Amino acid sequence: MLYRENGQFKTAYAADQQIFPIAQDRIGILLLIAFAVVGVPLLADEYLFRAILIPFLILSLAALGLNILVGYCGQISLGTGAFMAVGAYAAYNFFSRIDGMPMIVAMLLGGFCAMLAGIVFGIPSLRIKGLYLAVATLAAQFFWDWAFLRIKWFTRESASGSVSVSNLSFFGISLDSPAEKYLFCLFVVMVFALAAKNLVRSHIGREWMAIRDMDVAASVIGIRPVYAKLTAFAVSSFIVGVAGAMWGFIHLGAWEPAAFSIDRSFQLLFMVIIGGLGSIMGSFFGAAFIVVLPIFLNQALPVLGGLVGVDISTAAIAHTELMIFGALIVFFLIVEPHGLARLWSIGKEKMRLWPFPH
Amino acid sequence: MGFFLETLIGGLMTGMLYSLVALGFVLIFKASGVFNFAQGAMVLFAALAMARFSEWFPALLGFDSKLLANLLAFAAAMAVMVAVAWAIERLVLGKLVNQEGITLLMATLGITYFIDGFGQTLFGSDIYKIDVGLPKDPLFLLESVFQGGVLVNKEDLYAAVIAALLVVALSMFFQYTSTGRALRAVADDHQAAQSIGIPLNRIWVIVWSVAGFTALVAGIIWGSKLGVQFSLSLVALKALPVVILGGLTSVPGAIIGGLIIGVGEKLSEVYIGSQIGGGIEIWFGYVLVLFVLLVRPQGLFGEKIIDRV
Repeated sequence: MLYRENGQFKTAYAADQQIFPIAQDRIGILLLIAFAVVGVPLLADEYLFRAILIPFLILSLAALGLNILVGYCGQISLGTGAFMAVGAYAAYNFFSRIDGMPMIVAMLLGGFCAMLAGIVFGIPSLRIKGLYLAVATLAAQFFWDWAFLRIKWFTRESASGSVSVSNLSFFGISLDSPAEKYLFCLFVVMVFALAAKNLVRSHIGREWMAIRDMDVAASVIGIRPVYAKLTAFAVSSFIVGVAGAMWGFIHLGAWEPAAFSIDRSFQLLFMVIIGGLGSIMGSFFGAAFIVVLPIFLNQALPVLGGLVGVDISTAAIAHTELMIFGALIVFFLIVEPHGLARLWSIGKEKMRLWPFPH
Repeated sequence: MGFFLETLIGGLMTGMLYSLVALGFVLIFKASGVFNFAQGAMVLFAALAMARFSEWFPALLGFDSKLLANLLAFAAAMAVMVAVAWAIERLVLGKLVNQEGITLLMATLGITYFIDGFGQTLFGSDIYKIDVGLPKDPLFLLESVFQGGVLVNKEDLYAAVIAALLVVALSMFFQYTSTGRALRAVADDHQAAQSIGIPLNRIWVIVWSVAGFTALVAGIIWGSKLGVQFSLSLVALKALPVVILGGLTSVPGAIIGGLIIGVGEKLSEVYIGSQIGGGIEIWFGYVLVLFVLLVRPQGLFGEKIIDRV
């Protein structure tokens, strides 16, 4: 009833082409942002910030980056964790080796290094496709895992590649409390999400989608596969690299290469698939799902066990978590292969027509 | 020279073991177009079943014969793997027919998580051992030629022979039985196979069972070498470059790919790795594959990929 676009007439192309053409959507998203900026810092406690909100925001950013590569350009990557690691360690080097380097600049430079790494490991995509490419990107994962563990220069001679950063600040405001960190993440994520949304609906985004849908046909109509694929790799790795730097700097504070292992790559791929391939919104849904689910299971399983009268050990919880996680992923793929974003748009469609079924 | 030969032979043996895991990937990909990431989890699951059954049966039934315990455990573990294959077909793949490759890949990742958790819930998560009587003592070859001879691990030698036998048996199965012919038909074209009356569902159960069988053999050999523990499921990650190098659709490719990567890994570790910090075994296979794929995008022996618009 409330969600109708009746009477909203567009008189200019710009109005028709905007991101949220329906007024209710615009109001909704503004309310959401206002709540995230003002309401959440007032309501949330420290645990909520540290365990859920900050990881959620940073991983959504990484998922967003991966979604550009997998969802929009159709190039499967299992090496996302590696590009996060490149971003994090490069940012660490810029930040700690150069005196007075602002944190945000270090992070962006980290993203830039990840972008270069992404382009280098993206070159094979010009020849290799599909599952072969997926395995080839694992080369990036294992190579960088090894490099940050063994090549001491990257980690400034620290043992086992563990590094730490301190004195974080953003334009003179020091980021100490979780709420400040949260607001910083929120700011960066919003900027990148807006940029990404505009990128994928520009000509370059359309080129990516053409390559994804059928690369031979795309090259026949004059799209350069080299350019399209490598820009997708570059943009994706840049965003993923910045997310990696944020994961290290803001969320972890001190980290070692294991923080960006192959499990991280799989986790991000899950987010993209469950959230919805080729959807900016989906990246956020997927990240929320994957971040919250293990925490929820961790809390709920002992309670459930207590109800039935079984005392569940921590090991059993870990294993049950794995099982439920795996089963849910399969379940989602079977029920809705296009992810949560599709469910969202189906829901909106139904709302517009309500109370009529068609 | 003696040292070089020793490394070479060690590499060949390891390579044979990789191909054993790689075979499972190839079988499933050939027959159903699914890139089965869960192969590693299946190896772990089968090895866990084997290790635990060989403990449980003697205790339960009250006999003492090691051979009998192992035989019974093998049969039981095989039955479990068939059940797993059936469940996967029934609950997952049967419902995902006609989905894209990436969706199927993700589904097998989900299966990986599930089997990892399920196996450890069912069989426990400690380190277990499998003892099927593979000899552990080293063997010295060519002692007359080189001083000290060339050291070969007897266990590896047996494993390599078993792997070779398995490949021959599987090739015969594919080539000369009617089921094998049906499998090849399905691999060629699902729709055509279905239209001439080959039951797709049953074929898939058979393929997954055969893959379960290779997982069991790989699990026993790897398990008796390294002990049955969670890290066993990571051998799949070592086998991935092997599959890709050999080509996803080629059984001999899996073997030759395994040998190349096994040898390359060992030689590079010894001769290059010592120069740049060591541990390059982890990525050597993958980077090698990357360069091979640049020249041959379908792997060494894979079917040529033809693009049609």
